[in-house]
Amino acid sequence: MKSKHVFVFIGGIFFGFGLAFGGMSKQEIVLSFLQLKDLGLLLLLGGSALVTALTINIVPKVLKKPILGGVFKKRTRTLTKRTIIGAIIFGVGWGISGLCPGSAMASLGIGNLPALIGIAGMFLGAYVMGRYFT
Amino acid sequence: MFPLGFFPYIIGGILIGVGVSFIYIVTGLHATQSSFFDTTISFFSKRPYFLQKQYLDSRGWRITFAVGVILGAFIYTITLAAEGFFTTSVEWWRLAIGGFLVGFGTRLSKGCTSGHGISGLASLSTTSLFAVLTFITVGILTALVIQSLGVFP
Repeated sequence: MKSKHVFVFIGGIFFGFGLAFGGMSKQEIVLSFLQLKDLGLLLLLGGSALVTALTINIVPKVLKKPILGGVFKKRTRTLTKRTIIGAIIFGVGWGISGLCPGSAMASLGIGNLPALIGIAGMFLGAYVMGRYFT
Repeated sequence: MFPLGFFPYIIGGILIGVGVSFIYIVTGLHATQSSFFDTTISFFSKRPYFLQKQYLDSRGWRITFAVGVILGAFIYTITLAAEGFFTTSVEWWRLAIGGFLVGFGTRLSKGCTSGHGISGLASLSTTSLFAVLTFITVGILTALVIQSLGVFP
């Protein structure tokens, strides 16, 4: 299903444009939130979650299925120790670097090549998790 | 509290939400970020964990999505960004160590700022709410400790 990729790509462009517009592709701005100097990240996160919440909770009541067919997937996660321990480890890495997965990708688009070091680290971290802790 | 104002954050957040919503309405998929690492590793690793069906099924569109995110940020930079391209002054060792912990932690927790933060909260998931409160609290504490050690920015 090739057409799916076209729409995912367009959505990704909005996502990356919004991240960069909101400054999150700059580690300095993310760190200024984590150092409690600029709480804007909460506005960005809240705004994006609110728009998405309206879509996820209303659209499946109006449309029977997605425009390209298939089903509206539910995102289900069970709360376990791994959820919280993982979030703690992620939080430490976030606080050290100002990087998270999406912002690191968007960082490449603003020409911030050192983000590649962070992305390489993320691949290695994901590999070690999947290789030794599953 | 908001030295750069509200405007870029609110508009940026809405644009991100529009992107995620668009993908959901058209395809039914949750466009989140950190699974991208696992699904991309599945091209190279023979470990059963990386070859699980949901990873093989989603590894194509997740790469497409990541490339879209990079292009979107690039379009912003060449159209609206007054200062043009940007290079961080965060040192390489912070990016390397932090990146490793972000990759490990988000995959252990099965979500990141977009997975738990946007799609999880939007799905009214209490699991994601606990994850978000945890990584924001720990992130703030870590950043404050790093700063108190005299490491900037």
